[in-house]
This record gives sequence, structure tokens and C-alpha cells, in this order.
Amino acid sequence: MLNLTSANPIVEIDHLSYWYDSSFLSLDDISFVMEQADLLGIIGPNGAGKTTLFNCILGILPDYRGTVKLFGKEITKNRKVLLSNVGYVPQHTSIEQSFPANIEEIISFGLLGSLEKFSRSYAKEQVHKVMQIVGLTDKKNKRFNELSGGQQQRVLIAKAMVHNPKLLILDEPTSGIDEDTQDKFYDLIRKLNAEEKISIILSSHDLDAISKLANKVACINRKMHFHGDAKDFFGDENMLKTYYESAMQAHLRLHQFNAKSNPQNVPST
Amino acid sequence: MAILEILEFGFMQRALISGIAVATICSAIGLFLVLRKHSLFGDAMSHVAFGGLSIGLFLNLYPIWTAYAFTLIAALGITKMTDSIKIPPDSSVAILLSSGLAIGIVLISLSGGYSLDLFSFLFGSILLISTQDTITIVFLSISILSIIAIMYRRLMYITFDDKQARVSGINVKFANYIFIVLAAITVVTSIRLVGVLLISALIVLPNITAILFGKGFKKTAVISVGIAVVSVVLGIIISYLANVAPAGAIVLTSVAIFLCTIVTREIRKSIRSGKITEPNVHNRSH
Repeated sequence: MLNLTSANPIVEIDHLSYWYDSSFLSLDDISFVMEQADLLGIIGPNGAGKTTLFNCILGILPDYRGTVKLFGKEITKNRKVLLSNVGYVPQHTSIEQSFPANIEEIISFGLLGSLEKFSRSYAKEQVHKVMQIVGLTDKKNKRFNELSGGQQQRVLIAKAMVHNPKLLILDEPTSGIDEDTQDKFYDLIRKLNAEEKISIILSSHDLDAISKLANKVACINRKMHFHGDAKDFFGDENMLKTYYESAMQAHLRLHQFNAKSNPQNVPST
Repeated sequence: MAILEILEFGFMQRALISGIAVATICSAIGLFLVLRKHSLFGDAMSHVAFGGLSIGLFLNLYPIWTAYAFTLIAALGITKMTDSIKIPPDSSVAILLSSGLAIGIVLISLSGGYSLDLFSFLFGSILLISTQDTITIVFLSISILSIIAIMYRRLMYITFDDKQARVSGINVKFANYIFIVLAAITVVTSIRLVGVLLISALIVLPNITAILFGKGFKKTAVISVGIAVVSVVLGIIISYLANVAPAGAIVLTSVAIFLCTIVTREIRKSIRSGKITEPNVHNRSH
């Protein structure tokens, strides 16, 4: 069993690079450290490599170059133990909407990865506890597709935190959700970070939300453009200008890659 | 009473016991296949099994055993191939389906045409099932259900989202291989009941009916098994009373249950939205 002491940083990325199909460089020499109780906002345009970065941190893409450490240990060598301390919420679109499981069943999936063996009554108690935190107790028998987009995201967060993780990774959790619901969702994120002391990494296109939520920001567009305090990033007009310019470059780069790999399926820009 | 008389016949008892066992495993495996959008995988497996049956008949071996061996090898082979060279799932179904059928056709033509045995495998022959076959079917069904019970939550999570399941530390690849083996055994075991050509109906229909109104995965699975068992029992009884082919009667019964469910659901929806006035409410107001 690993000793996950508070002395270790939560995440350490050192000179991380990743190529898709040995030809498309998605991450180029990324380095940063995330300390305990940080709420780190990852920003960058579509195709900037945000999801690739998460997949490397989660050990889903193990063939990277560089070092990825969670809680002071290399992810590829201790994946199962380390991930039992991580909760992950994917992009909203990857969930099958017609799935007939009810909310209670979906949240309890989160206990499957835990290394501890829970008794049935403890597992039930734990599921009810997180349902209360995310405000879904009255929806426990509803099917996933009977909930609104915002409620579905809360279900996925509850699932990600049911095994008491030390780190939550949220990949564009508010895409496709209306503005009112987004505000409630951000309140929940703040509460989890401040009250439950969970370290959180959140990727988003919503710069306004990241500026209000995160204490640290990493701006990536294949390369790391900025990593540091959120107030330093958002207080610097040049940073924002660079961000929007690099967003346009990323869009063009992605378009060229798509055109090369699949000429039949190039979106018109 | 005609129905009680039916139960006195040994062949009917065997048909009902093996029918209930097969209905249960088909709907249990089918729920995962339907939710993974692999509904036609059962159909593909049954066509591979047809190739395996032909090999057995051609080589003078017991055809069901060659069907088990051939189907398992093909299912694991195509899964491995899909994993390593990233073939889309619908294309792998097409490959399995056509290759299985092609092998069957070639061997049949080499052995001089259809035999009675092959015909019974194509369309099912549940009323001809022996005591030995019944014991094998019940044993395999209990084994398959036990493994599903052990892996149920993991399979459910993988079906919900395999990426999240992988992040949770579940060995998705291993679970998928076990599931494919179970699906292949289920299909070959069920061939005696509804035949190669109709097996996918028994895998798909009870599940899409149950998904329409199941609140929760467990409840959906129970409803699906219930529908499958009712379809098989009613189908066997109808086939005896009306003197029609049992496989067709079983599948048509599950089609009827599916259609009735859709109609009932639409009527209830219309009542709720006020498009149709509920008759008893209307009468009470007068």
C-alpha cells in the first residue's frame, strides 16, 4: 500500500510530450506541479491537448514521454493504487443516454475501483452521503436520461467522489449545460474544494468561470503557455491576447491534421 | 384442461425446462449486448455456429460440440482483431456473419446438400430435445448466470462507460473477453431452442421491451428475463395447440409483447398529456 502523505504534491508533470499515431504532437514538453487543496483550471482551445493531458495523468495513454506522478509516485507503475484516490468526470457527451440504470446504481459504480472492501450497508450509506452533498437525494430512483444536463453532471460528480478521492479531475464538465445550471454546478465545485478538501483539476473553455473558481491556472495549447496564480493570468491583458491568438492557431492545426488523416471528413471553416 | 395435459408429456417437460433456462441466459447476456449497441452480435455468433455445426456434420462429429469450439475461437479471434487493428464493431459483425455462413454453405455443398439435422439447427427443434441435452443446457445456464452474477456490476459499469471503468481500475479487456465467451456459449446453447436464424430475436426483443419501462438496471434485467420466459413458455404451448413451429411461435410471442408494450405506453402517454380522456374518469363525472 502506498503512503499518500500530504508532503507530496498531488500531481507532478515533468517534460511531458505525447504523439498520436507517431505523427500528431498533442502535448509538447509540459511541466507543472499541483499542490494539495489547489483548484487548478486548465484552459486552452479545442485540440490544445487538455483531454490528452488528463488521459496521461489517468494512465489511459501510458506511452507518453516524460514523467507523470500522482501523490509522488509514477502513474504507470502504481496505476490501480493511485487511481483509487482519484475521481474522474469525463466530457458530458461520452455517456449513453438510454442506459436504464437509476441514479443510485450509477453513483455506486464509483466504489468498484476502490481497494477497500465496503460492506453493503457502508456502501449504501456512502452513496446517500454523496447524493446529499450534490443535492440529488430525491432523484435516487430516476433513470439517468430523466435528469437535466446539470443534474446528470452532478450524478457523475457524486460517482467520482463516492470512494472519498483526494483528487477530482473534471474534463469540460459544463459543456452543453445552460448558464443557470452552470452557476449551481460551480457552487458545488467550490464547496467540494473548500469544505471536503478535495484537490480539483477542471478543464473549461469558460474563462470567466475559471477566473472565479480556480486559484491556479494552466494555459496550454500543445505547449504550456502559462502556469501560476489565476489572478496573475487574468490580470494580464497580454496573456489573454496570446490565449485568443493561440486558440485560432490550434483550430487551424486541428483542421490540417483532420484533412491529412481523413480527407473525406474535413469540416468547413 | 389441455395445458395441464401438455405438461404430462416428457418432451414438453424437457422443452419447457430447457426453454426457461435458455430464455434466462439469452435475456441476461442480451441486455449488455443491446446496451453496447451490439444487438447483431448474437446474429453473427449464430451464423458462425452454423459454420461450426456444418463442420461437425461434415466430419461426422457431434455438431453441437464443434459449434461450441468454432464459435468460441471465432468470437475470441474477432475480438482480438477488433482490439489490435481497430475494426468498427458493425464491420466485425459483418465479417463473422458472412464467414460463418460461407463455411456452412461450402461444407453443405461438399456433403451433397441439407441433412435433416442441419435443418433442425437452422429453425430450432426444442420438442426433440433429449434428457441429456436438457441437463447440459441447465448446467451451462446455471454456470453462465453465476459468472454474470459475479461480474454483473463490473459489466454494468463497462457498458455504462468503459473509459470511466478503466480509470476506476477495472480490467476492461479481461472482462470483455469473459463476456464474449459467455455470449458465444449462450448462442450455441440456445440454437436447439429457436435455431440459428431466430436466435437474435430472443436476445434483443425482451431487452428492448424491458428497457422501455425498467427503472434501474436490476429491474430492467428482471423484467427482461420475465418477458423472455413468458415468450418461451407461451410460444411452446401455442406451438403445441396450434401445431406450428415452436421457434416461430416463441419469437412471434415476444414480438407481440413488444408491440403491446409500445401501444400501451403510447396510450398512457396520450392519457397523461390529455390527448385521450381516461374512460373511467369520464364516466364518473356523469
